Amino acid sequence: MEINNNQLLRFTTAGSVDDGKSTLIGRLLYDSKSIFEDQLEAIENTSKKKGHEGVDLALFTDGLRDEREQGITIDVAYRYFTTPKRKFIIADTPGHIQYTRNMVTGASTANAAIILVDARHGVIEQTKRHAFIASLLHIPHVIVCINKMDLVDFEEAAYNKIIREFEEFSSKLLVKDFRFIPISALLGDNVVNRSENMPWYQGGPLLHTLETMHISSDINKVDARFPVQTVLRPQSEGFIDYRGYAGRLASGVLRVGDEVAVMPSGFSSTIKSIEGPSGSINEAFAPMSVSITLNDDIDISRGDMIVRANNQPEASQDIEVMLCWLNNNAAKPRAKYTIKHTSNDQKAMIKEVIYKIDINTLARKTEDTELTMNDICKVKIRTTKPLMIDSYRENRVTGSVVLIDETTNETVAAGMIV
Amino acid sequence: MSKYYLNYLDELESEAIYVLREVWAQFENPVILFSGGKDSIVVTHLAKKAFYPSKIPFALMHVDTGHNFPETIKFRDDLVKDLDARLIVGSVQTSIDNGRVAEEKGKNATRNALQITTLLDAIEEHKVDCAIGGGRRDEEKARAKERFFSHRDDFGQWDPKNQRPELWNIFNGRHFEGEHFRVFPISNWTEMDVWNYIRREKIEIPSLYLAHEREVVWRNDSWIPKSEYLILEENEKIETKKIRFRTLGDITITGGIESDADNIEKIVQEVSAMRKTERGNRTDDKRSETAMEDRKKQGYF
Repeated sequence: MEINNNQLLRFTTAGSVDDGKSTLIGRLLYDSKSIFEDQLEAIENTSKKKGHEGVDLALFTDGLRDEREQGITIDVAYRYFTTPKRKFIIADTPGHIQYTRNMVTGASTANAAIILVDARHGVIEQTKRHAFIASLLHIPHVIVCINKMDLVDFEEAAYNKIIREFEEFSSKLLVKDFRFIPISALLGDNVVNRSENMPWYQGGPLLHTLETMHISSDINKVDARFPVQTVLRPQSEGFIDYRGYAGRLASGVLRVGDEVAVMPSGFSSTIKSIEGPSGSINEAFAPMSVSITLNDDIDISRGDMIVRANNQPEASQDIEVMLCWLNNNAAKPRAKYTIKHTSNDQKAMIKEVIYKIDINTLARKTEDTELTMNDICKVKIRTTKPLMIDSYRENRVTGSVVLIDETTNETVAAGMIV
Repeated sequence: MSKYYLNYLDELESEAIYVLREVWAQFENPVILFSGGKDSIVVTHLAKKAFYPSKIPFALMHVDTGHNFPETIKFRDDLVKDLDARLIVGSVQTSIDNGRVAEEKGKNATRNALQITTLLDAIEEHKVDCAIGGGRRDEEKARAKERFFSHRDDFGQWDPKNQRPELWNIFNGRHFEGEHFRVFPISNWTEMDVWNYIRREKIEIPSLYLAHEREVVWRNDSWIPKSEYLILEENEKIETKKIRFRTLGDITITGGIESDADNIEKIVQEVSAMRKTERGNRTDDKRSETAMEDRKKQGYF
């Protein structure tokens, strides 16, 4: 198989068994021949044991014992399939409000989100919540699959009505690329194969859409940001004075000879060499892991960021963040947390909760400012030392942070810098 | 004009290197769990790249069940010498001799589950705070829920319902004394990706993966190799077949498949046409529907 130009597309699916989410994933994997015989046998057996007629494709996505017993998705599960055009990673997340944090987790790395709408019920609160999370996490592409078209006689009117409903509330969202596909996950219409029941639909089926959408602009290739993970000092023969700054480009392009600045110190130098995974290269771009040497001896360590001299991020100790609370223990007022931003760890304090978002109505509430599990709030954070930040909208890597509770070491919140 | 996007193997490679460097930056005493199988070989290869021109900064830790393919041990020793790395061996036989564990009884007895105790003892003895593994999420349904940075409590246990959220590429390796992490740099790789990468990088692998003639017996739907530990049942007979192994575990439980694929090209072709998962030939996974989840909770790889 020719793979030299094949890209990786990560997408997330939010929803519950009722929306047909598991059936859709099962259908994608089954029709693209990504399910193996022994996996199929296993779910055939389970289907029989549970008394289902035929093979319940939804069973394929249940992982943990509790999930199989209760028939629900709790945690994010990752699935993989490959077609001759692309490799796909599915972050399969639960759709219930109680698991918002898992939806946010699955959405954080996605190029695309699939939102399922039941053709019979139209846009409901859950649909709005899923679209909002896709917007909040700045997923570049959103595909709204209007499912169960077989139950509305494959009528174009039902499809058009839902698109109208969706347009009405989505214009305030940040997603630029919304697409709508009428499908029947159960019967396979417009999932992998084009539907013969809906000749009025001129667009491509879901898989074709995923295979062909333009994703190489999803990563910011304009602003060069290189967070240093670690310093390589081999001190071995041939490399006595070698100091390589190892890291993964968060965004942008760096070339040998480029004038760079090191933040936060502000020292400048030029790039002497770039070592890629398979040897020396002249230029590196996001998301490559490389190590860089500079022409001047500067003190650089983990947490520093190498950027282009004429294009620098903001260095700030006061940041405004959309924060999603992920932990059972509510936020403690004025408590100190560790904030992780790229490779930089600092101490931080939540100084003020500006408003909380009612995730079902998208209304802003300024009265209720307690941060509990699954809450999404706009907050002001103060850090002990400056972070080198961009807005999340411009840069998903240098615009994101997590908070860690130092008494439990748990990751308690995820934040998107405004 | 050059293109500014990576193909997916390059992207997976860069992701794995990023994860390995995070491990080095966040932990005091990380090791690579080295089984001699293709996945841990690929992880070791990636570690070589992540720290070049420095040496691999991790020791290799091997849990030796005593029921090895001799080829695996030779491969391990050659690689350790080549990398100039430190090797830590945890021995299941020693755990049995010390009374830490008892050998299973019966026809399908294996040392597979006993490895858990040996592994956790070795982690404790050597004060390991991070064990890097070659586990992949496509392998098994419980592994599909695994994090890159996966926390283990001070009993070495995995709590799948209470995992730390892992967003973007920000990894939280913080832990208390006595706890440790398992880290899986090739989480997002599939079996096919691993083989394509081995082919592309020309990575050396044990000859067991290539088709060869071997004395075997048909058991549990696969060809189990003859060894000093194999006890023949009635109606079972030793035959000579041209086989190869898709995964490598203990010689007592690893089933081979009939194959003519005697080079990497042929393996890649064969794997792309496969209709069964690679762990389909592992009797350790067949014991129950949640066999992997149950073992992982206790501290398995």
